Amino acid sequence: MPTHDVLVIGAGLAGQRAALAAAEEGVSVGIVSKVHPVRSHSNAAQGGINAALNPGDSWESHAFDTIKGSDYLSDQDAVEIMCREAPEEILHLEHLGVTFHRNEEGKLGTRAFGGASAARTYYVADITGQAIMHVLYEQLMKYSERVARYEEWFCTALALDDDGECCGVVTRNIADGSMQLFQAKSVILANGGNGQVWKPTTNALICTGDGIAQAYRAGAKLMDMEMIQYHPTTLAGKGFLITEGARGEGAHLLNKNGERFMERYAPNKMELASRDVVSRAEQTEINEGRGFDDGTVALDITVVPKKRVHEALREIVLVGKDFAGVDITKEPIHIKPGNHYTMGGIKTDVDGRTDIPGLYAAGEVACVSVHGGNRLGANSLLDTLIFGRRSGADAAARAKRTEGSRPSKAVLEAEQATIDAISAREKGSGRRVSEIKFDLGTVMDAKVAVFRDEAGITEALEKVRQLKEEAKTAYIDDKGSVFNQDLLGALELGYMLDNAECTCLAALERKESRGAQYRTDFPERNDEEWLKHIDLQLSDDGPEISYSEVTITQWEPQERTY
Amino acid sequence: MAEYTLKVRRYQPESGEGAYWEEFKVELDPSLSVLDGLLQAKDRDDGSLSVRCSCRAAICGSCGMKINGQSGLGCKTQVGEALEMAERKASVSPSADGGTPPIVIEPMGNMPVIKDLITDMESTHWTKIRRVTPWLLPHGEAPEREYVVEPESMIDITQSMACIQCGACVSSCLSMEADPEFIGPAALAKAYRFVGDPRDAETKERLHDLAHDPHGIYDCTHCFSCIDACPKGVAPMDQIMRLRRKAGEEGIDDDPNNGHSHEEAFVKIIEKKGTLDEALLVQESYAPGVKGKLKPSMGAIKGLIESLPTVLRAIKTGKARSAHKVIPGLHPKLPGGAQDEVKAIYKHAEEHREEFNIYIAGEDEDFVEPEPDEPTDETLAAEAAAAAESEAS
Repeated sequence: MPTHDVLVIGAGLAGQRAALAAAEEGVSVGIVSKVHPVRSHSNAAQGGINAALNPGDSWESHAFDTIKGSDYLSDQDAVEIMCREAPEEILHLEHLGVTFHRNEEGKLGTRAFGGASAARTYYVADITGQAIMHVLYEQLMKYSERVARYEEWFCTALALDDDGECCGVVTRNIADGSMQLFQAKSVILANGGNGQVWKPTTNALICTGDGIAQAYRAGAKLMDMEMIQYHPTTLAGKGFLITEGARGEGAHLLNKNGERFMERYAPNKMELASRDVVSRAEQTEINEGRGFDDGTVALDITVVPKKRVHEALREIVLVGKDFAGVDITKEPIHIKPGNHYTMGGIKTDVDGRTDIPGLYAAGEVACVSVHGGNRLGANSLLDTLIFGRRSGADAAARAKRTEGSRPSKAVLEAEQATIDAISAREKGSGRRVSEIKFDLGTVMDAKVAVFRDEAGITEALEKVRQLKEEAKTAYIDDKGSVFNQDLLGALELGYMLDNAECTCLAALERKESRGAQYRTDFPERNDEEWLKHIDLQLSDDGPEISYSEVTITQWEPQERTY
Repeated sequence: MAEYTLKVRRYQPESGEGAYWEEFKVELDPSLSVLDGLLQAKDRDDGSLSVRCSCRAAICGSCGMKINGQSGLGCKTQVGEALEMAERKASVSPSADGGTPPIVIEPMGNMPVIKDLITDMESTHWTKIRRVTPWLLPHGEAPEREYVVEPESMIDITQSMACIQCGACVSSCLSMEADPEFIGPAALAKAYRFVGDPRDAETKERLHDLAHDPHGIYDCTHCFSCIDACPKGVAPMDQIMRLRRKAGEEGIDDDPNNGHSHEEAFVKIIEKKGTLDEALLVQESYAPGVKGKLKPSMGAIKGLIESLPTVLRAIKTGKARSAHKVIPGLHPKLPGGAQDEVKAIYKHAEEHREEFNIYIAGEDEDFVEPEPDEPTDETLAAEAAAAAESEAS
């Protein structure tokens, strides 16, 4: 049985950072990922990473922007930690070799981003996530003796010991289909968000909420699951992302009449208001008939100097050309709000600890919460790195002081049985997995998106529960062992349905509008009753809702305008 | 919506059968991608059809494959364009029935196939990446703040940083087909990312290593396939040429492939004669200059002797029948003033040395439109004609 002190599941930025931090503590580390690490979705983070590093800027200002952006649902102690530690993390990355953009003096240069009161976003053209992740992977290769990599291994479930502590995981080696139990003193889930529950989404096909569902099934608490970010600038239909950096560089949003409609919604920050604000503004324009016939508004990048576009927005030039047939340096591109980010997730403290001893979570899979009701652009990379590092360090410390226990074979056998049952279903015994995924994505995008109400969410919840039933008989074609992606897809569908159910329940529960949760039947924010987190936990009777306090340190909730 | 036929090279390792072709009919908008087509076939017809994929937006680098023989990303190739490409190929060698040709999809080349379109990148691509010590090697303590560097240097290596490790260049590499041990375009582009990085303190060691490896920078035959294949504009061959230039600047001229002397000889011969004196090129590549001839190294003697069979074959097949093809130095200069024009080109190139970097110039030449007050091609041509006329008179 592969045994490590610390085992990290997921190898995006949070996972790689956690593994490196744990390795620095001198413990044995393994990192498991269902795709090769550099395929992870952190790649897609284009615009940059926030830190108050410039003279004249302050971590307090960064923290306030983050808290205001979160619509006061973030935990301020966690935000303080993230913003205080951000500058050091940027410098650490720079020293490792990230090719951050430089100003004329050769020092780190910044760009402006949404919801921020200063230009504090550090970046590498518009491939920031990719650049940082590839540099971290360089470090993993460098320290391959300290960190064992299990690339293309799929984690299917967590293993708990008799005391309810996490002591390992069950995995499937994708290359040959063998099932393997891993033992670990600390397990860090860093396997990302759940964007694939919605269709379309900016998220990669691998973002199926595996970790959220795995922790939930093991009894961990989830938090803020209703908070799903719709990004203001995505391509209609395909859901591809156009970075907020485009607006940071000065691009305008226009309706079909050519009006810069943000004047009416956020007269001060205009296009650079918080994402929830901009997405709602766009959706209002579209709903009220001022959008284009394809259900979009336009993003006009032609106002940005061409030289600057090539230097700083090259990826967007390619996305426009390859996926929309538009030369963004010459004409506006049609965009709409699209599913983008999971603010909620596995409830953790500021060191990544979940309420299951030995189980940690970091990155999009986790909810610390630093993003609350709405995440600011360029804060997600920061979240992954800061809390990835903290989780790695704490998980290593725990490993040093615990004995660890051997995970029971029963967990492995149960997972094997689940897989055998899926494979045994005859063609035509039920629906195809792909059909159920399609129905799920469609209903979630229609009913649990920018604008929500009780009837819509209830309809979605009922549909999700119906699909859950259908998934029990859904069949797959591939019966083999080697690279059976069909089977993995069936397992992922199960995770996606759990995620969807939790989001619907939390969205139904929160009877107010805050951040990304806008209830047309409760259009006001209601601090009296709802300045609190909604927690979800799986009990014997199904999902159970409870509440937890929002930590407020120095920023009392105020009215939120941009 | 249009119907397309995807002809996929399939291999199911557990079936006990060899690779085979299978056609899938898919229906989708021409602007959607070949990957979208494959996923439709997988979703609707056969879930065992296997292809790595994740982002669908040319960022994750999972879906490298060959489409109509051309290496690239499935998600970045529009299915409509792929059909046009297939039709162009079919018009050259039409099929018997003359119907709409299928879009032919195969796994990447230069890598073992695991299943369908999934290849073993670990044993090829990643092993080669690790070969180039792919991490920054700074010396001494890190500064308290950031390293202060020329802003251009970061933009320069960002082109290599844009690599998503998809393997399309490796798949297309002709040198690697001939020499599987060639470090290859992706790994060498990665190497430039460190060689070009002013924070790295082992530039010279890296260059020395890559030049002295017989499968290193001088193993590239300059065929441009990788530039064609790269979906991200990394232009791996350009990065290899930058490595060679930097190696030359560091005075590394004793590589075992005689690559440096070969390049120097090539450049000098063209400057002098305008066209290639192949016999002189062979001699100068192995035994450059007077010194090389007075005191030829063992390697040079061996190399020259080893090229004899090639020379004999050339004589036999008629490629080298005249004396100036066989005897070094007899090859004539270009006639008239033509040679002076070649020299003028050299002078211009030396005075206006520019690196091609997509982060500076934009990725297509036609992308940068001339400003209205700038001379257009036509006016330039007219001016040139007028200048030529006045010169002639």
